[in-house]
Amino acid sequence: MTEPSLTSLYQQLILEHYRNPRNQSEIEGYTAEAHVSNPVCGDEICIQIRLAEDVIKEIRFVGKGCSISQASVSMMTSVVKGKSCDQAIQLAGRFADMMKGNQEVAADISMGDLRALRGVSKFPVRIKCALLGFDALRKALQKDQDVDRNVYSKREMIQ
Amino acid sequence: MSSKISKPAQYPFSDSFPILNEKVSGKSLVYLDNAATSQKPQCVIDALTEYYEHINANVHRGIHELSRKSTIAYEEARARLARFIGAAEAEELIWTRGTTEAINLVAGSWGLDSLKEGDEILISTMEHHSNIVPWQLVAQRTGAILRYIEIDDQGRLVLEDFPDLLNARTRIVSVSHISNSLGTVNPIRQIAEQTKSAGALLFVDGAQAVPHRRVDVQELGCDFYAFSGHKMCGPTGIGGLWARRELLESMPPYHGGGEMIRTVGRDESTWADIPHKFEAGTPNIAGAIGVAAAADFLEDLTFEAIAEHERSVISYAIERLSSIKDVQIFGPKDLVERSGVVSFVMGDAHPHDIATILDGEGVAIRAGHHCAQLVMHHFGVSATARASFYLYNSKEDVDRLAESLGLVQAIFSTS
Ligand SMILES: Cc1ncc(COP(=O)(O)O)c(C=O)c1O
Repeated sequence: MTEPSLTSLYQQLILEHYRNPRNQSEIEGYTAEAHVSNPVCGDEICIQIRLAEDVIKEIRFVGKGCSISQASVSMMTSVVKGKSCDQAIQLAGRFADMMKGNQEVAADISMGDLRALRGVSKFPVRIKCALLGFDALRKALQKDQDVDRNVYSKREMIQ
Repeated sequence: MSSKISKPAQYPFSDSFPILNEKVSGKSLVYLDNAATSQKPQCVIDALTEYYEHINANVHRGIHELSRKSTIAYEEARARLARFIGAAEAEELIWTRGTTEAINLVAGSWGLDSLKEGDEILISTMEHHSNIVPWQLVAQRTGAILRYIEIDDQGRLVLEDFPDLLNARTRIVSVSHISNSLGTVNPIRQIAEQTKSAGALLFVDGAQAVPHRRVDVQELGCDFYAFSGHKMCGPTGIGGLWARRELLESMPPYHGGGEMIRTVGRDESTWADIPHKFEAGTPNIAGAIGVAAAADFLEDLTFEAIAEHERSVISYAIERLSSIKDVQIFGPKDLVERSGVVSFVMGDAHPHDIATILDGEGVAIRAGHHCAQLVMHHFGVSATARASFYLYNSKEDVDRLAESLGLVQAIFSTS
């Protein structure tokens, strides 16, 4: 068995999003908001969404944490902007499938930059990092039944 | 490797630890997460096996031969650990699951019983969460006030403020002997003297001290001392609380159940003498026997040899890591004031990413807040990478760590 390679994990595009996150700031007049954190490592993400007729008109985030969690949420905001809530939730499900190693999703161009995160599936302890932004998305869209309440505290953002 | 070390006859200590032969990511393991838990030498593993193969029975209950043997082994282990930490008598050592339970025991027994509204509990921002949260809980229930000794920019307690923080309302001071997130060694004797003259009790969290140095609880002058077996080469799920006999006798029971009673009536019961008053239920018998074997192991090596070895490895680690671009090390600059913990950050590589990359090289470190979020806040970071060393680590391990950090640099400098 070959060892999962670090170069497959740390794609250029991931580091690029980590350093230059898209859609990072707060929005005025947001209609939905969610904050999630991973108490194990201290990563936090707060996202804000402006919905109009069930379409994500605007989505922004502030967060802190590792390259995987921050790149993932940055990529996610770029991909879901302009999509309907249902499409966004569906995308979250497809991304979770990719984290389980689904090759078909990893090859799907509609996943956009998120495909660069396919290597994370080989690093089980980091999958949670990649999913954190999607958990915030689900929670903000009030479809957060799948979010594990034990893992994510409801505590407010620390800083 | 032994050529660099002064007592070749005893080195390498690592030969005694079977797990160090494991391969991780196809590479030989470099285990640098010792502040979280230490590895176990063969003699400790053997003591556990021996117990389960030849002695296992419940203690203080049976008339039969195995129960007698098991009770003797369990109580001998207590006496062994009491001697190990310099207690005057074996009965002054209560077995607990570890440091966390020892703190909860004192907060729940002494704290709930003695603290009144307006009384003050003094801890520090350097503490492990297990030396913060139990005091918060007891403060909430009694109306006592929790106050903090702050830390400075080298992660040392600001002891100039200590006399002002101590006052007639201070009932207990609780601080760590050695910090798990920064490696700071606190001057316990000085703290003990000042606490005593203020008429308060001193609790010392010794989780990170007992594995590395000779601890003499009487000489330290504290009132309570706690430790965890798993950080000192012993098994998980066992640790101890020490306090003087009079203090323990004055405290109400913590948990109720079997083993801790003398008589049980319908409405009331009477308690067993210490230490059993605080040990309700079937204890971790194998754990106690295992940690006694760990104490033998450490004393056979001698703490002098362990300290000398660790000092050379840690000073080498600090030297190597300091020379890596963008590495920032937290904690005291003076090596005399620090133990085997090196907490650091590195440029914009998040500690979590550092730990993943190092893991790919077989180097196990910890990344996160290390159960010390108040320390992280103090330094304005949400996490650090932490390499923590123990007696079996070598300078070669430091080299592997430094080389792997070079890989982190290579990956993170490419865009
Ligand atoms: C300083 C300190 N205090 C308390 C603890 C808690 O010890 P345990 O988890 O063994 O109860 C630890 C270890 O995690 C520690 O490093």
